[in-house]
Amino acid sequence: MTDTELRVSKIENGTVIDHITGGQALNVLAILGIDGTSGEEVSVGMNVPSDRLGRKDIVKVEGRELSQNEVDVLSLIAPAATINIVRDFDVVEKHRVSRPSEVTGVLSCPNANCITTESEPVESRFEVLEEGVRCTYCDTIIRESIAAHISVE
Amino acid sequence: MRHDHLLSAKQLSRGDIEAVLDRAAEMAADPGAVAEAHDDRLLGLCFFEPSTRTKMSFDAAMKRLGGDTIDMGSVESSSVKKGESLADTVRVIEGYADALVLRHPSEGSAKLASEFVDVPVLNAGDGAGQHPTQTLLDLYTIRENAGFEDLTVGIMGDLKYGRTVHSLAHALTNFDASQHFVSPESLRLPRSVRYDLHEAGAQVREHTDIEEVLETLDVLYVTRIQRERFPDENEYRQVAGEYRIDAELLESARDDLTVMHPLPRVDEIAPDVDETDHARYFEQAHNGVPVRMALLDLML
Ligand SMILES: [Zn+2]
Repeated sequence: MTDTELRVSKIENGTVIDHITGGQALNVLAILGIDGTSGEEVSVGMNVPSDRLGRKDIVKVEGRELSQNEVDVLSLIAPAATINIVRDFDVVEKHRVSRPSEVTGVLSCPNANCITTESEPVESRFEVLEEGVRCTYCDTIIRESIAAHISVE
Repeated sequence: MRHDHLLSAKQLSRGDIEAVLDRAAEMAADPGAVAEAHDDRLLGLCFFEPSTRTKMSFDAAMKRLGGDTIDMGSVESSSVKKGESLADTVRVIEGYADALVLRHPSEGSAKLASEFVDVPVLNAGDGAGQHPTQTLLDLYTIRENAGFEDLTVGIMGDLKYGRTVHSLAHALTNFDASQHFVSPESLRLPRSVRYDLHEAGAQVREHTDIEEVLETLDVLYVTRIQRERFPDENEYRQVAGEYRIDAELLESARDDLTVMHPLPRVDEIAPDVDETDHARYFEQAHNGVPVRMALLDLML
């Protein structure tokens, strides 16, 4: 265990998301729908030194294992992130995030005239491009600050 | 055509386009031959915003195939006004008709509708998105007048919100046409359309002045610049005036230049252009019927 990892407390069971792009930790929490109100125990390290990234963020969530869908979306804002699943203080699984071809229900379309922004019974859907994402319904492309379009209830 | 729905010009291959245009040419030559071709079919006209001409041409096309149409009427008098979702509306009308034509003010509406019904959906304009049946009649007009070989097309006006432009630009990539886009800076092609043209390897150039390219064009496709797009009237007048063509301007164009416009026009084409050999916009509008007949014939 390195010094860097010691800055945030160890967890017993849950997920450690490491190598998050510096400054994106709060967006990661938003994607996971974690705002502290439902009592999860969460530790966040922001802009800690990293050999690989210069500065990185770390999020540790006690008692929660991430779904593949959640991991997919993380890749959009934290492409270098690693996901460590912890049980009884041991890392039992380690994953790198990978870019999905599509993300559903996580981002909201910035085009106010898009049919998905009206009260229709559909989830938003975005195709993942080499750079950015694209609304499957109205074709709008988001390149900059994707995290600003995250809409998790 | 292999497609269940016609939502975007992006789904049309060169082969699809030529199949529709060939069938349209056959039908235009001998309309009587198909007068009873679909006499047991009903087409649902779902127009969530007014469009006299697109609606009438679908209506005419279906009736000339021997079929009939049903119309949900104006939005003001329908359940939509009471807050019914598009998804619900089309699921109900699906039970009445064999195919649906949808015009809706929101982008992506036709795609959404297609996910809720099993009958074919034809996108007749979704907000600033796509208008693929217009594109097919535009291409028919281009083929009749200029042909597809070694084609240079200028597209001028409101390129940002102009759905007919977005559809046509995609479709022209099938023909290796060289495309020149002429517009004020504030109304240039949206990022998503530029992205697709780039992906398709299209030859594209953007301009703010029509005179830079006019003399190289085989086709000039003019669209309307809408007053609503501008915060103030003066700004609109200034821009609109610069993207207006008249007979005098066209003197520097090639003699065989074809001028097109997905009518209605306001004042972006002066009436004196109507008298020149360049004017093809009324012919273009008339082509809507045989082209939509061909499309319905292939999809129903
Ligand atoms: Zn959208």
